[in-house]
Amino acid sequence: MTATRETGFAGIPALFARMTGDEKHEWAAASTLDVLWVLYDRVLDVSPERVDDPGRDRFLLSKGHGPMAYYAVLAAKGFVEPSLLDGWTKWDSPLGQHPDRVLVPGVEISSGSLGHGLPIAVGMALGLDIQRGHQRVVVLVGDAELDEGSNHEAIALAGRLGIERLTTVVVDNRSGTHGWPGGIAARFAVEGWEATTVDGRDQDALHDALTLPHVGAPLVVVAEVL
Amino acid sequence: MTTMREVFARTVTEVMATDPRVVVVLAEISRDVFPTTDRVINVGIREQAMVGVGGGLALSGLRPVVHTYAPFLVERPFEQIKLDFGHQDVGGVLVSVGASYDDPVWGRTHQAPGDVALFDTLPGWTVHVPGHPDEVEPLVRAALAADDRVYLRLSLRTNARAYPVAEGFTAVREGRAGVVVAVGPVLDRVLEATRGVDVTVLYASTVRPFDAEGLRRAVRAADRADVLLVEPYLEGTSAHLVSEALTDVPSRLRSLGVQREAELRAYGTAEDHDSAHDLDVLGISAAVRRMYNHGNQA
Repeated sequence: MTATRETGFAGIPALFARMTGDEKHEWAAASTLDVLWVLYDRVLDVSPERVDDPGRDRFLLSKGHGPMAYYAVLAAKGFVEPSLLDGWTKWDSPLGQHPDRVLVPGVEISSGSLGHGLPIAVGMALGLDIQRGHQRVVVLVGDAELDEGSNHEAIALAGRLGIERLTTVVVDNRSGTHGWPGGIAARFAVEGWEATTVDGRDQDALHDALTLPHVGAPLVVVAEVL
Repeated sequence: MTTMREVFARTVTEVMATDPRVVVVLAEISRDVFPTTDRVINVGIREQAMVGVGGGLALSGLRPVVHTYAPFLVERPFEQIKLDFGHQDVGGVLVSVGASYDDPVWGRTHQAPGDVALFDTLPGWTVHVPGHPDEVEPLVRAALAADDRVYLRLSLRTNARAYPVAEGFTAVREGRAGVVVAVGPVLDRVLEATRGVDVTVLYASTVRPFDAEGLRRAVRAADRADVLLVEPYLEGTSAHLVSEALTDVPSRLRSLGVQREAELRAYGTAEDHDSAHDLDVLGISAAVRRMYNHGNQA
């Protein structure tokens, strides 16, 4: 079910256009696009041929709402057949408004309810630590998703345990009603994370941030999309 | 006497020595009964993270054991159980202590009579309710060796003797007037309450999957399809499965368990709470008389 050819970033708009969804969700999907592209194009050690390889990196889309950018990138990178995008959210499509790992090759977690991906990523990273692997675990959350208290349990825990293989990307489009005075990065830094904030539309800056050294600590990249 | 929790911790520790898949996640409670190793992860008092971390460990290929006091394992992070295990399609072994009211001096916050009923809202969970510490080790060993989703409900309440661990019902006593089903630690009280009454008593330390065929067999062997269901958690938790098992038999069902109607707001002992819920010998005896005496006299 994998595509035979890859599409560059220039092909993303056409892939996007194959999905027709609730228009109000489109901005949410688009805010993650550059981060997703940089991860899949330049950072993650993943490929459609290795979706079951224990040695692959793990990317967890915790903010599963508005998954069009995710599906477009997965299609561009050959994980899903681009023609599947035409029928997304239909009864027998593997592609819903929230991704399901059982249905979509390369999708590491089923998400939709906010605040689940980060604790799962902590467990996944600890499990790979125990198994002495070298994989990275990268989880993407939204700024409003951080309202959910479960994230803060995981942020404190990961910082204190110094889980080096873990990276959190916070896509910050200021969608949270009550906001984060003092900034999001500071809330991770105080718990012991290496923290950096970049322009979420600047792919080179995202790449630099996502490859920052962070010895003995997890990394958070706050990607501002304003 | 060795408690169910001690048997559980000892068995898991023994299996960890030979099975590198097994990993334990705790939230402070029971931290002193497990060894210090990177495969025992104490997340602090963070139960949502505890269950989420368990799901992540399973996704990484390990066999997580997630353990704390029942309300904080099942009720507080219930959505994590639903999504981080079930919806991710991974397995794990969830083990609680405290049961319905093992320590009633701590009040309502430490009581979880609804735990099994909550698991009934989720597909694919095996539920064990052992009635004696000696039943715990084989249940734990089997759960650790598998890949499925298992809930193990440990309690300080216990029967005087253990029964061999079986997947379905074990007929402890056989009679003609009907069938009494006893789950886990209520068995001794059921045996006392049915002394001299001509009924079959079925015992289960595993309630999910529910042994519908075993119940049908026992009901067919009796003169009347009168079933008294006695469970140590929320009353009627298994009633829908009894009804489903007996769809082709005109039958009568009465359920005893922790009553649903009112929060007691009382402390005291576990035995006091048994009395309040008609789960003591007196209460069960009264239900037995009402259900089966007419049949005996006929």
